[in-house]
Amino acid sequence: MAKVDEPTPSPEPAPEAEELSSEAASRATLAVSPELVAGSVPEYLRVSLARIRAGETGVLPVIAGMLLVSILFRSQNSQFLTARNLVDLLVQAAVVSVLAMGEIYALLLGEIDLSIGFVSGIGGVLMAELVKPSGLDWPWWAAIALALLVCAVIGALQGTIITRLGVPSFVVTLAGFLFWQGVLLKILGNGGSVLINVSVINDIASGNLTPIASWVVMLVIVGVFAIMTWRRDARRRTAGLVAPPQSFTALKIGTALAGAVAIVLLCNTNRGIRAPIRGVPWVVILVFGVLAIWTFVLGRTRFGRYIYAIGGNAEAARRAGVNLPRIRTIAFTLCSFTAGIAGVIYASRLRSVSTAFEGGTLVLYAVAAAVIGGTSLFGGRGKALHGLLGGLVIAGIANGMGLLAFSAASQYMVTALVLLVAVTIDAVARRGRVART
Amino acid sequence: MITDVESGTPPAPPTRSAEPLLRLRGINKSFGAVQALVGVDLDVPSGQVTALAGDNGAGKSVLIKCIAGIHAPESGQISWEGKPVHIRSPRDAAGLGIETVYQDLALCDNLDIVQNMFLGRERSRRSTLDEEDMESSARDTLAQLKVTTVRSIRQPVASLSGGQRQSVAIAKAVLWDAKLVIMDEPTAALGVTQTANVLELVRRLADRGHAVIMVSHNMNDVFQVADQIAVLYLGKMVSVRPTADVDRQIVVDFMTSGVSTRGTGSQPPARS
Repeated sequence: MAKVDEPTPSPEPAPEAEELSSEAASRATLAVSPELVAGSVPEYLRVSLARIRAGETGVLPVIAGMLLVSILFRSQNSQFLTARNLVDLLVQAAVVSVLAMGEIYALLLGEIDLSIGFVSGIGGVLMAELVKPSGLDWPWWAAIALALLVCAVIGALQGTIITRLGVPSFVVTLAGFLFWQGVLLKILGNGGSVLINVSVINDIASGNLTPIASWVVMLVIVGVFAIMTWRRDARRRTAGLVAPPQSFTALKIGTALAGAVAIVLLCNTNRGIRAPIRGVPWVVILVFGVLAIWTFVLGRTRFGRYIYAIGGNAEAARRAGVNLPRIRTIAFTLCSFTAGIAGVIYASRLRSVSTAFEGGTLVLYAVAAAVIGGTSLFGGRGKALHGLLGGLVIAGIANGMGLLAFSAASQYMVTALVLLVAVTIDAVARRGRVART
Repeated sequence: MITDVESGTPPAPPTRSAEPLLRLRGINKSFGAVQALVGVDLDVPSGQVTALAGDNGAGKSVLIKCIAGIHAPESGQISWEGKPVHIRSPRDAAGLGIETVYQDLALCDNLDIVQNMFLGRERSRRSTLDEEDMESSARDTLAQLKVTTVRSIRQPVASLSGGQRQSVAIAKAVLWDAKLVIMDEPTAALGVTQTANVLELVRRLADRGHAVIMVSHNMNDVFQVADQIAVLYLGKMVSVRPTADVDRQIVVDFMTSGVSTRGTGSQPPARS
């Protein structure tokens, strides 16, 4: 009886809503992964272009940077683009790339881990001490396993202090940086270095697969990738979800195949000076292995999803029932574990660990590599691939400037500029982005 | 016991059972010396939107937090589907089928719509995330709720408008089989068009059989979607009536003074 004339505005938003939603739709197109909206390959390319213009550049800046650096160095020194130098470059990049792939776990949470440089040193020196024939003389695999385990435990310890006691990760890992540096010096003692004489370990960085084995391994890797990609896209199509056209799935697989063939061709070219050297270095397989596993963990598991969620909005993750301390601690553990792998590669490459180990430079390069690759320092955005690409850029600069006989001083300065340019490109590109991130 | 005289006759349509989904009786809650809720009674039936109105500090937030398991009431009884229950934590509430959409929505900007809707309850197949299954379910839920302004459910939440975000947060509650959806000021930050969209969504929720409690200051919103309007004043429930029995002025009177001398022939309780 009392329902008198309400001044309620009649809900007739239809025309306006139509307008708004069509505008929103065109915006949304930009934000969506292109394969989900495109119906054919040309359309896919068109959508991709629109995304790039809108600031969703992905890994493009770092790829462009790599090309630029390559052209620049090639024009100055014809040695830069030889098979020998490029394969050397892949090996040189391995330590920083792997370290950066570890650091990404901390960065995705919006945290930082400054200790992983020296933690990787601990991993390397521990392995070297364990296999020393005059010492414990452990088998190589046991030494590596224990070294990695110790690194993981260090990460778990630091992660526990960070998450359970609420001490900022910057401070905890800065303390770790100093502490593990001290431990490293203590282990090395007066001698100042530990040599490694175990061929299996030294072969990690300097051994190669035979050319035939290189082709076989490459074909297996691409085959697995092709089957997984094809099956996933097919599942999407049968589930009636938006899926890339078959031609595009084929194109993706074709591109991966072409890239893999290029790498194997490059590595199988004779690059020896006196004796012939051919084949894919073991360390390249190892780096791709780390990349594949961490990409899977971050992209396809619940744990990975929670890392992104915590980096995006920790409170939302907490309310959704995510166990924040647990996920964070595991992330720091994996970060240090990955650093251990980098330490093994480092020791293998130098066939020793000495007091000249530059854990400080390494960790800063790792952070720089992740950021150059496209990972955000504010959490929630990043991929394992970014660490690999960023590591290649940093190693490329050092390698190219070394060829041109520049001093270490100018290498630092140029690396700094590249880092700054990479972050600036990203910041400027993002200004054109449709919404804040 | 302070209650509105008309609350004895539930305003439910004849098709609904007499037992409300949620029944609160004599809920008391205080923080130190401040009595935040004083003997609050409320019936929340399925298939209806119950608007919870009241001035700042009237106890709206405290009341919904008692239902959502964040605060424990000191005394009083909560019945769920006719059975007395104790809701001690948000997990208890979720177990009963109570989902709360807070004002800040709790979405992760960097995740897409599907990832947000399934956050914390991902489905997996052989230990990897089953994206196809989750995407299908999310799509179906959004389609049922007629949330059609979203171009792709794989776009990051950062690229959505305020209304779309609100829709995603509500759809998330529905996806998780909420019988009761509590919304805290769902339209507070929205423009005209988006407000209309969200209110339509709220209405659709009730029409699908969910019970909805909507906290709102906005009389336009309240009168547009609510089936019954409950008004808190200084921690007391001063009026619970069908929307058809009150008008804006009466509700505003209750909100500002706890009594209304206008209109409907009901006897508002005197303040003690």
